[in-house]
Parts: sequence; C-alpha cells; structure tokens
Amino acid sequence: MRYKPTEKILASEITDEADYLNRREFLKLAGIATAGALVSSACQADVAEAVAERPIPGRSLGKVAKSDFSTTAKPNSYEDITTYNNFYEFGTGKSDPHRNAKDFVTEPWTVTVDGECDKPGTYDFDELLRASALEERIYRLRCVEAWSMIIPWVGIPMANLLKRFEPNSRARFVRFVTLYDPTRMPAQRRPILDWPYIEGLTIAEAMNPLTIMAVGLYGKVLPNQNGAPLRLIVPWKYGFKSIKSIVRIQFTEKQPINTWQASAPHEYGFYANVNPEVDHPRWSQARERRIGTGLFGEKIPTQMFNGYGEHVAHLYSGLDLAKHY
Amino acid sequence: MRRAPSNATLRALKVMVFAAALLPAVFLVLATFEIGGQSLGANPIEELLHEAGEWGLRFLLITLAVTPLRRISGLNWLVRFRRMLGLFAFFYISVHFLVYALLDQRLALGPIFEDIVERPYITLGIVALLMLIPLALTSTKGMMRRLGRRWQALHRLVYPAAILGVWHFWWQVKEDIREPVIYAVILAVLLGIRLFYRLRSPAR
Repeated sequence: MRYKPTEKILASEITDEADYLNRREFLKLAGIATAGALVSSACQADVAEAVAERPIPGRSLGKVAKSDFSTTAKPNSYEDITTYNNFYEFGTGKSDPHRNAKDFVTEPWTVTVDGECDKPGTYDFDELLRASALEERIYRLRCVEAWSMIIPWVGIPMANLLKRFEPNSRARFVRFVTLYDPTRMPAQRRPILDWPYIEGLTIAEAMNPLTIMAVGLYGKVLPNQNGAPLRLIVPWKYGFKSIKSIVRIQFTEKQPINTWQASAPHEYGFYANVNPEVDHPRWSQARERRIGTGLFGEKIPTQMFNGYGEHVAHLYSGLDLAKHY
Repeated sequence: MRRAPSNATLRALKVMVFAAALLPAVFLVLATFEIGGQSLGANPIEELLHEAGEWGLRFLLITLAVTPLRRISGLNWLVRFRRMLGLFAFFYISVHFLVYALLDQRLALGPIFEDIVERPYITLGIVALLMLIPLALTSTKGMMRRLGRRWQALHRLVYPAAILGVWHFWWQVKEDIREPVIYAVILAVLLGIRLFYRLRSPAR
C-alpha cells in the first residue's frame, strides 16, 4: 500500500460564529495590531471570507469544541454546501435537494438500534446526542463524481455513540439505513435506487476517531438537504458512504450490501475509499474539482484516503484496494 | 400542395428562428456573468458543459425532425430552416467541447488524450463531433453544388453522429437515465420515420 499524506493536519484555528459576524470590527482591530498579529489574524480572516455576507441561517448549536482533526483549509461557502447536493431521496439534480427538502420535518426523530448489541432499542434524537459533546470537524469531502468541498461539520464521534449500545463480539459491521417515507422524500416514489438507502462500515471504520455522526453545519443545525437531522461522515471515503437522515443503526456479523454497490457492483464497492489510483470505470479519480474555484479553477490531485491516510491506512493493510474498491 | 410562404415571410421567420435558437446561449452568458439573477451555481464548469451539450443534442434532434415533418405535413419550405438548425447544433456541441477542453481540462493534452482513449463515453462524444465537422464545413450552397450527389451521402453522417451523441449522454449518467431515454426515444422515432418512407418507396 502506498500513500503519501500531502497535508499535515494541524490544530485548527477556526473563527467562531461571533467573529464571523463581527469580522469588520475584527479586521479593523487587526489593522491597528502589530505586524506579527496581523499575519496571524489574516489566516482567520481567510476563513471568515468563506462565509456569505448574510449570517448563516438556522438554530445555533451553542458551544462547539474545536478539533485537531479539522483541516486549516478554507471551508466552502454555506451557499455552495447547501445548494449543490447529491441526496437522491429529494431528486437527482444537484439543486433538487435544496428545493425539495425545504419542508422536510425532522422533529420528532427516532433511531432504531438493533442487531448484535446489548442495548438495542428506539432512541430519541436528543437522547442520542447526549452521548458526547459536540465538536466542529472541518473535513474535506470527496465525491465519487470527482468534485470536492471543505465542510465545517458539527457532530459527535461515532465511537462514543456506538459504544452506548454495547456492541457484542459478533458485531463486525455497522449497517445504517436512511428514512423511507415517499410522502416526505418525494423522489423515493421512483425506483432510481433500491430504497431505503443503505450504507455500511466495518466496526473498526465506524469506531475510527475521524468518523462522526454529524448534526450540524457552520455551527447551526444541519440543513435538510445535507442529511438532517443526523448523518454519517467518513471523510476518507467517497461521499456516498456518508449516509444521510439515518433512522436505523444495526450491528451485523455479515458485511452489509450498500445501496450503490447493489445498484452497480462493478462501479461502486463496499469500501469506497478515496483512491486516485483506482479509477471509476467511466471516469478518472486522479484529480478532483474543488467546488468554489469558479470557471478558471484548476483540478487538484486527489489524495490517497482523501489525505486522511495517517489515521486510516492501517485499517486496510493487506487489503488489495484495486479489488476492494 | 400547399403554397409556400413568400420569400419575405420566410426571411422574417428565419430571423425569428435564429433569435430563438440563440436564446440558450444568451442565458448561459447571462448566467456566467451572474446578470439578471441568473447563475451557473456551485459548479459553473459542469453546468456550462452539461447545458451546452444538452442544447447541442436538442438542436440535433430538431434538425433531424425537419425532413419527417416536411414529409408528413407536405410543407416543403421547412427544409429552408434545416441548415441553420444544424449549424446551431454544431455551435452548441462545439461550445460543449471547448468548455471541456479549455475550462474543464485546461488544455491538459495528456488527460484529454487519456479521456478520449480510456473513457468510452468520451470516445463516443469525440467521434460524433468529428463526424459533424465535415458537415458544418460543407453546409454552404457552394459546397452543396460542388459535391452534388456526394453531398447527400456525406450528410448521412448526421445519423451515426446523433446516435453516438445520445449514447454519449446516456453513458455518463450515473443512475437516473430518464433524460437520455427521452432523447433516445425521440431519435428512434425520427430515424424510424425515415426507415418507414424508405421501405415504402425503395426506388428513388
């Protein structure tokens, strides 16, 4: 296995929401500060620039801890992240989810936990969130379609959540299921995919410290089109692995068959790790288009495991990644 | 036989058809510069690429509809719009290719070559474009006269080009094939009508 992390993940210095909103004052202060302070504040101003002129809509999630796993790269704008989505339950066009998920109601929301665990049951959303303190995780997201974004998620480490259900020794995989309700997810009326959407991880992948259950974006409650109220985030895998609007978590002995694998097994596998050396049968995965770079943006090289190799490469030692795509 | 419209009427109609055919391009330019609330969205290159490609296919199908419409309706003057519609198809398909080569690939010849050789749907698209180039070049009255009967033979290339174009579209869609299916059905009907007439009167 070869990979070379090209970005060292450093402790992030992400500006919090109050600073985003006060950034004009902030910049003014920076202007009268010493030259050294000016340099360091310029980095923060960079992040603030990513935010739209308007304040981010939605209910604030309150205090959110920073994380060393966050990238220091500038996040995509709220607008890009919330208007360019693959969420086939609300339509197959990139702007369909933004339009069609407007009235999606996510309260109340329960998640059924079953399978190989000692604490199965149906849990209320708020109850699940009590598993751990909220953290901001600014992650790269690489879609299997060869575009990427940088997204400031808010969520809880998946391991902290799953441990509460006390998986037993037979629990080798975790299977996640999206809500199936064609009255609320209109595109489920058409058989584009075999609904409900299903995804799976090995237990080690699910427990990896990078894996989170996201409930927010830009410090606010997760917008519907981004998978509200709770979704998986596995940043070293193609975006389709990060299943949205989860209603069921199941611990299994057998490897689950995920929806895209069932739909086109020669194109999408179970692992779906970001890998510039293994092309999609119909297109190259060597480079990606970073959303937000405009008409003249250059494609950038895709990194092995989306740049998260130092945290996850060990999970796949001895596995032929060309075969287990 | 119905009487054809006067030359003046035809000329006015042509101007109107020309303006209408240019509208998609106008909207794309407005969207590119975000004028009048238009926007290409979060992935502007992809949006331009897909829009130009789809309009190219639409105009190709519209062009291929001229002859069947003329046959069925008896309105022979419809053929006077065929060249302009065909050239608009070529225009949008050329824009589609230029967006791919200049903006999407930034003229990186290695990756472009790799795409053409290794990605079958791109191979199909390029072959279709190459077939359309001689048709555009020989679309003038002078070339028609000079080529005589060979002109018609040459311009039958539009049939395989259209088939490859729809195939190219179909093959790059991830899962939701409703749109390419619509294009394929329309193309099948348009080619089917030709086959029907040909079988009915083999002697020409």
